[in-house]
Amino acid sequence: MNQKSIAEIEKEIISDFSMFDNWEDKYEYLIDLGKQLPPLSEAYKTTDYKIKGCQSSVWLLATYRDGKVFFEADSDAMIVKGLVSMLIKVLSGQPTKAILEAKLEFIKEIGMFSHLAQTRSNGLLAMIKQMKNYALAYQSIDALEKK
Amino acid sequence: MKTPENNAIRAQFPILSRQVNGKNLIYFDNAATSQKPQSVIDALSDYYSRYNANIHRGIHTLAEEATLAYEASRHAVQEFIGAAMVEEIIFTRGTTEGINLVAYTWGRKNIKAGDEILISGMEHHSNIVPWQILCQEKNAVLKVIPVLDDGTLSMEQYRDLLHERTKLVAIVQVSNALGTVNPVKEIISMAHQFGAKVLVDGAQSAVHLDIDVQDLDCDFFAFSGHKLYAPTGIGVLYGKKELLEAMPVFQGGGEMIKEVSFELTTYNDLPYKYEAGTPNIADTIVLKTALDFIKSIGKEQIRKHENELLDYATSQLESIPGLKIIGQAKEKVSLVSFVFENIHPHDVGIILDQQGIALRTGHHCTQPLMKRFGIPGTIRASFAIYNTKEEIDSLIAGIYKSIKMLS
Repeated sequence: MNQKSIAEIEKEIISDFSMFDNWEDKYEYLIDLGKQLPPLSEAYKTTDYKIKGCQSSVWLLATYRDGKVFFEADSDAMIVKGLVSMLIKVLSGQPTKAILEAKLEFIKEIGMFSHLAQTRSNGLLAMIKQMKNYALAYQSIDALEKK
Repeated sequence: MKTPENNAIRAQFPILSRQVNGKNLIYFDNAATSQKPQSVIDALSDYYSRYNANIHRGIHTLAEEATLAYEASRHAVQEFIGAAMVEEIIFTRGTTEGINLVAYTWGRKNIKAGDEILISGMEHHSNIVPWQILCQEKNAVLKVIPVLDDGTLSMEQYRDLLHERTKLVAIVQVSNALGTVNPVKEIISMAHQFGAKVLVDGAQSAVHLDIDVQDLDCDFFAFSGHKLYAPTGIGVLYGKKELLEAMPVFQGGGEMIKEVSFELTTYNDLPYKYEAGTPNIADTIVLKTALDFIKSIGKEQIRKHENELLDYATSQLESIPGLKIIGQAKEKVSLVSFVFENIHPHDVGIILDQQGIALRTGHHCTQPLMKRFGIPGTIRASFAIYNTKEEIDSLIAGIYKSIKMLS
């Protein structure tokens, strides 16, 4: 179970990236993070799970247990997979409310995506939006059931 | 090689001296949009500094100067594409708007249920979607000329697809994704034998090839300014006069009218009939400055330099293990699209950007073509008159670095 808060995990990621002083090392670390991500079962690599708005393919699967959302994801591009891996580290296993409120400042802090994050080119925004959509959906279902 | 002439040309493009991610910018995304020479940047500023006014109606000096400059640009375009008459030149926002104009006016008047519109498998979405919309509306049929493995069109199948129900052939002269130069003159003459009209998408060709619409005998020719060193937001639609005259109007408003009453409006003559509202005056005027820039170098010189870059880039890229060039036509413009077996184009694009190299990755707005080749997209390097062999060397080094990081 993930006991750390989103803020704590973000801080860890920022600290990990701060060890590198050149872009090559940062990207190689990001690519490694992607490689460490457990592969998503081929059964989920379908249009139903595909996130629109990415140049590369990104598939995202969410499950809900005990008020927490768990994410699994994959991509056919390595750098994007690294991004996905970071987002999963931060958001997977967190309560819906925390996911919805997450500002994800670490993306800017690690200093790799100052421009890209604002464009649709790497699909980062689309991924975050989709993860938050899942959190919102589960939160709404919970609220309905409590009524 | 960086010849003295090449240095002199590069010096005219201020953006080329900027740094990206701490490296000298290498701009290889020219098929998306070209950079602008100082003369173009200055001409824009000059217009707003000295003679900004609304055109055609004002009687004051500024309006007259602006009108003269605006119409001078129309004449420059006429000369640039070899049109017979100046009123055949319609200013648009760009290629896409030109194609849509034809689809909404000529298309809606002339396409009937069961008619066929023929496009090719290498069209940009801009030369697919307007015809799809039209065909859906009119119950007409959209047919596609297949692309062969080398990235050329199957002329044999084109011949078979043509018949008396074919009303229009809408064809790209140069593929933005492959660089292929299509034999449009032959395509046009074959279409005409069946009484079909031909629209040529010249978005990529106008900057590289000599364009003579009379020699081609095309019925419509659309292109954009921003791919030929002019500002964004200005484009041209050429149409044969008798077609433009017979077509219904596109947008209603100012400028395109002769007389308006609540009962009846009569329309202005060509070309104003298709230029409703205050046009993009500044960028239209500056389009001429960009054409003057091209003229000052000469299309022949441009073609020679760009062909050298193409040949050099092609041989250098081919030597990289695991790299495959998509589009092997004999006739190509200075554009190379390529893929790797195990590396996603997007990853390469990001790593190259870190090295100050700007190029395009993705489907290039040609999704059906990517599907044809069974790839998600390509990496595309496209060259302009200011690019150099040294820059291509940097690209090759950058690609090796990308492979190392991504394997």
